[in-house]
Amino acid sequence: MTSELDIFVGNTTLIDEDVYRLWLDGYSVTDAVALRVRSGILEQTGATAAVLQSDTMDHYRTFHMLERLLHAPPKLLHQLIFQIPPSRQALLIERYYAFDEAFVWEVLGKKLSKGTKKDLDDISTKTGITLKSCRRQFDNFKRVFKVVEEMRGSLVDNIQQHFLLSDRLARDYAAIVFFANNRFETGKKKLQYLSFGDFAFCAELMIQNGTLGAVDSQMDDMDMDLDKEFLQDMKELKVLAADKDLLDLHKSLVCTALLGKLGVFSEMEANFKNLSRGLVNVAAKLTHNKDVRDLFVDLVEKFVEPCRSDHWPLSDVRFFLNQYSASVHSLDGFRHQALWDRYMGTLRGCLLRLYHD
Amino acid sequence: MPGKLKVKIVAGRHLPVMDRASDLTDAFVEVKFGNTTFKTDVYLKSLNPQWNSEWFKFEVDDEDLQDEPLQITVLDHDTYSANDAIGKVYIDIDPLLYSEAATVISGWFPIYDTIHGIRGEINVVVKVDLFNDLNRFRQSSCGVKFFCTTSIPKCYRAVIIHGFVEELVVNEDPEYQWIDRIRTPRASNEARQRLISLMSGELQRKIGLKVLEMRGNAVVGYLQCFDLEGESGLVVRAIGTACTLDKLSSPAAFLPACNSPSKEMKESPLVHPPSHGCRSTHNSPIHTATGSRLTQNFSVSVPTLIYTGMGSGSAGKEGGPFKALLRQQTQSALEQREFPFFTLTAFPPGFLVHVGGVVSARSVKLLDRIHNPDEPETRDAWWAEIRQEIKSHAKALGCHAVVGYSESTSICEEVCILSASGTAAVLNPRFLQDGTVEGCLEQRLEENLSTRCGFCHIPYDELNMPFPAHLTYCYNCRKQKVPDVLFTTIDLPTDATVIGKGCLIQARLCRLKKKAQAEANATAISNLLPFMEYEVHTQLMNKLKLKGMNALFGLRIQITVGENMLMGLASATGVYLAALPTPGGIQIAGKTPNDGSYEQHISHMQKKINDTIAKNKELYEINPPEISEEIIGSPIPEPRQRSRLLRSQSESSDEVTELDLSHGKKDAFVLEIDDTDAMEDVHSLLTDVPPPSGFYSCNTEIMPGINNWTSEIQMFTSVRVIRLSSLNLTNQALNKNFNDLCENLLKSLYFKLRSMIPCCLCHVNFTVSLPEDELIQVTVTAVAITFDKNQALQTTKTSVEKSLQRASTDNEELLQFPLELCSDSLPSHPFPPVKEHLESASSNSGIPAAQRATSVDYSSFADRCSSWIELIKLKAQTIRRGSIKTTVTVEKASPVGDGNFRNRSAPPCANSTVGVVKMTPLSFIPGAKITKYLGIINMFFIRETTSLREEGGVSGFLHAFIAEVFAMVRAHVAALGGNAVVSYIMKQCVFMENPNKNQAQCLINVSGDAVVFVRESDLEVVSSQQPTTNCQSSCTEGEVTT
Repeated sequence: MTSELDIFVGNTTLIDEDVYRLWLDGYSVTDAVALRVRSGILEQTGATAAVLQSDTMDHYRTFHMLERLLHAPPKLLHQLIFQIPPSRQALLIERYYAFDEAFVWEVLGKKLSKGTKKDLDDISTKTGITLKSCRRQFDNFKRVFKVVEEMRGSLVDNIQQHFLLSDRLARDYAAIVFFANNRFETGKKKLQYLSFGDFAFCAELMIQNGTLGAVDSQMDDMDMDLDKEFLQDMKELKVLAADKDLLDLHKSLVCTALLGKLGVFSEMEANFKNLSRGLVNVAAKLTHNKDVRDLFVDLVEKFVEPCRSDHWPLSDVRFFLNQYSASVHSLDGFRHQALWDRYMGTLRGCLLRLYHD
Repeated sequence: MPGKLKVKIVAGRHLPVMDRASDLTDAFVEVKFGNTTFKTDVYLKSLNPQWNSEWFKFEVDDEDLQDEPLQITVLDHDTYSANDAIGKVYIDIDPLLYSEAATVISGWFPIYDTIHGIRGEINVVVKVDLFNDLNRFRQSSCGVKFFCTTSIPKCYRAVIIHGFVEELVVNEDPEYQWIDRIRTPRASNEARQRLISLMSGELQRKIGLKVLEMRGNAVVGYLQCFDLEGESGLVVRAIGTACTLDKLSSPAAFLPACNSPSKEMKESPLVHPPSHGCRSTHNSPIHTATGSRLTQNFSVSVPTLIYTGMGSGSAGKEGGPFKALLRQQTQSALEQREFPFFTLTAFPPGFLVHVGGVVSARSVKLLDRIHNPDEPETRDAWWAEIRQEIKSHAKALGCHAVVGYSESTSICEEVCILSASGTAAVLNPRFLQDGTVEGCLEQRLEENLSTRCGFCHIPYDELNMPFPAHLTYCYNCRKQKVPDVLFTTIDLPTDATVIGKGCLIQARLCRLKKKAQAEANATAISNLLPFMEYEVHTQLMNKLKLKGMNALFGLRIQITVGENMLMGLASATGVYLAALPTPGGIQIAGKTPNDGSYEQHISHMQKKINDTIAKNKELYEINPPEISEEIIGSPIPEPRQRSRLLRSQSESSDEVTELDLSHGKKDAFVLEIDDTDAMEDVHSLLTDVPPPSGFYSCNTEIMPGINNWTSEIQMFTSVRVIRLSSLNLTNQALNKNFNDLCENLLKSLYFKLRSMIPCCLCHVNFTVSLPEDELIQVTVTAVAITFDKNQALQTTKTSVEKSLQRASTDNEELLQFPLELCSDSLPSHPFPPVKEHLESASSNSGIPAAQRATSVDYSSFADRCSSWIELIKLKAQTIRRGSIKTTVTVEKASPVGDGNFRNRSAPPCANSTVGVVKMTPLSFIPGAKITKYLGIINMFFIRETTSLREEGGVSGFLHAFIAEVFAMVRAHVAALGGNAVVSYIMKQCVFMENPNKNQAQCLINVSGDAVVFVRESDLEVVSSQQPTTNCQSSCTEGEVTT
């Protein structure tokens, strides 16, 4: 007696969250059944392994049929074939587009092209995430990227509108797309201590302040690309590091203001020039694509690491950056106040986020 | 010239890419009705075209309106080559043809292609302008309402239940026409879909005509099936119950008597002139023997039951008006009817007087080519023969009618088994005629008081029993005799007193048979049938006893024929009826008493069986209260269990042989273990695993003992096909395989639906087919309904009270009592003596229980019985099976809530999103009220693939197809403005595969009633706002205003 055909179709499509997770994680039916058996479900329900097998197959088949629709979530809402309550639809979409931190680490800032896909095998081996799951996550990134690439308007809004993701997930995707588009280097050893959340936070700040859409809401276009003009203008900031008088003045202003308020005052005083030069140079160099990619490496190298080696507490870093940024307004010889504010506004946020162990 | 059909094509969406180069589609639409076709403009380069067409107008006869479907084809325009079809939508416009239903069909329909499945959606608006047609020679029957529901639809009241209507149409199957060899599979499939759609329309129209002739306005319990006879053709047949329904329009609980429809009926002529243009001949009713039997003094001047002969094409119909109110007269009048059958399974209170037992008949036929589609006489004659037999069986049981009647076929190559079954019953004549009840007040009172247990009382004469059965006094009323076990095909009457809960009981059986040709094959099958029927019956009895129950409802025995085997599957819902005696246990007896170890084994088995019975009693909460002799008042004979199978006829002998199922006259049900086979049987009895805790299952509408449904429902279809290895094909192995298949399927369902616990699987409907030599296919459709465990007890307590309140209004609404009666009986309702409740679990009407039904005149019974025997002796060409009748013991009634599913605090609906369409095989939606019936849904689809592997194999293919069928049903309902399908049924699911060629094909036929429902919680708000609209109070189950 062999089972030739075995199906179950409900008027309301049954979605088993646990099986969905196993499917998303890329397990084969056999592996999924084994994992379910291990979860003790047989004991809880008194079912047999055959029942579990049949159930798992059914769900897998359903998910397979749903996958086509999940590629364009609005279709899932309008299609007539599967009757799924809205809350379940949201769950299906949200889970489908969710990704593993370990995986996103590997592809963040990389070009989402076919070439990279060949590397999925390596990523799978490295992270222990099944190849299938890697492929789904990668394809999700790529799909979202493709759809919003040429779109005007807010990146997050576009993603939300076309993929019906939650706010949180849409923001994450915005970050991924932004990183992929600008190809930020994230893979360096130095950056290993950072989480995806840190990068996503920075990406959001940068999208808000550093892109074309940020300056001129009228032409709200291209949230993905950094504002070239802005980057060009930032060359002007170089004077803060190059002009020795200005640098000294800046330092004295900061030191006066922070005297007694900073636990690490002496270290700050000793390091001020290095830190300031580092931050200003990062800004000034951003005209080159190569340097844009290395932005995070530079920030960590030039600022986070020196401070950390001196054991600055986070509160001191915050005091310092606030003062460092504000004091520039008192520099009479400096004309690019607005530019500086835009740069430091973003940078301060990023640095504070990046500053941890 | 009576109709104008208007169609507007609005837009399309999610179309498939038809042009690879541009990844887009240049779509346009062809709208076809009859022979007229319109086209929209081509909408270039879009997957979401906006045609926004003008109104396409078709001027057509209403006959065509009924027969023809509207056909919408979406195509991709191609400048250089032929246009490619994307897919089609067939829209049945029937729901637009009667006034109360939908007025417009508007919505998104899936575009369906028989090869590719659903390919996008199209937005269509359809309207019909009907002109009144006074031509009485018309062929159409616009306006007759059709319901699949096998009870009087909620929000309607039955004024008259006329009776059986049937019709069949035949045609050549396009799949077997010569042209099929040169056309594409798609063209062939579409030809078939269209033909069946056309035939269904024609069939429905013809049935409608018959209903109009009977002066009815609706068909309830409409069941349409098609038989794919292969080479010999295609048969579409339908049966139903003609009724005159009245829409309950005002929420007033008490209708003034002058409004009673009886008035209208008085004006109706006694004798209908035979209508013209109808193929079947309907004799005008005349006073025949009926009149002579009138023994009562009162006369009724109003013609009531117009029970015209309902056979189509066949001659010899008898017709006559039915005039009397007494049962005897009903009986005699019904005898004059050709087929006093009712496809209903649930009835208005008081309709069902007594139930005799299950009657069934089967016949094995050899199919021959249908030569002339316009003369479907052979098929008609076959069915007429079977129905005749059913009628005789019913007579033998002392019953004049058959309720819960259904017909089915099983075809394999050129052999066809026709089956019919139903429940022999005695009906209350009140419903078979109009509501003129003056002068028969007494009569009704008598009828009414026995409603709670009355249906259990035997209709046949004790002294002239058609079969040996053990009778006892009713454990409820102590006055009338009841059988020991009761088998029926109907739903449990709502006023029946049940102890504990019910459960699904199945008997499963396989028998190998040699492959043979033609007549030899038919003979082999006929020879096997009696044995199968016997064994199925034995299994049912054993399992019923094992559950500690004494009655089966919703019994459905399906015999399926295959190349080399026969399968029998019987499903029913077992319950413990308070009126019937307690079933005895099962005794096991060994044949070789001297063998010590054998004895030990036997006693071990016996213990196991006893344990199982005890466990089941606990599980299903069967604990009938003990009653002492004093209360009983009359000595009750020792309960004994016995059952008999009455076989009316066998092919080979002229003698009337009886298969005695009682296993001799023993005091208990004894299983003799004399060989390994018997051993297997006993083992198999014990292998049925009860559902996991929190789960119940039944195949009836409602689960006895559960009356607090919550609103979550999940309808599903599950299909399994297993391949038997040809090596082990013995009866035993086969039985085991089949048993495992069914059990595993059930287990899977329980597992899948575990999140709904506590829940009940209702209307579990198994269908077995044998698509190929070694393949067994089982299809299950059912609905899982959640219920609230905590409310159960409270509801029980108050149910008696409630039922009384309800009963008073029910009477007004449903029975149409005249006003005098209302005023008479009402005062007694609110505070009836408590004693009565305890004694009889309250008679529904609240009428003093002292009055009893008058005894019935059975004088003619013996005559009828003998003439029946003569009759069956005469016809011995085909193999028929006799009526299965079983009868056993008694206990006291406990005031268990009547089977009403009351939802006292309707929980908020979880998914109230627009566009959700519920589907259920039941006639109701828990926690909601049906406010409108929009029309019947009857759809037929074919799906074929030549890339089976690519579509995920057979499972992937069928899974997708069934999901698509559901989607199309939902889309049609939504377009009609509905939000649910009730009485949904998948009548056919024919699956064929050829894995070697990477091909598969599947045909699915579904039907149901499209409805609008309103949540009870919402309804209260609505009703307070506009108290005069629609029918809230009338379609309620318990929300009756007092």
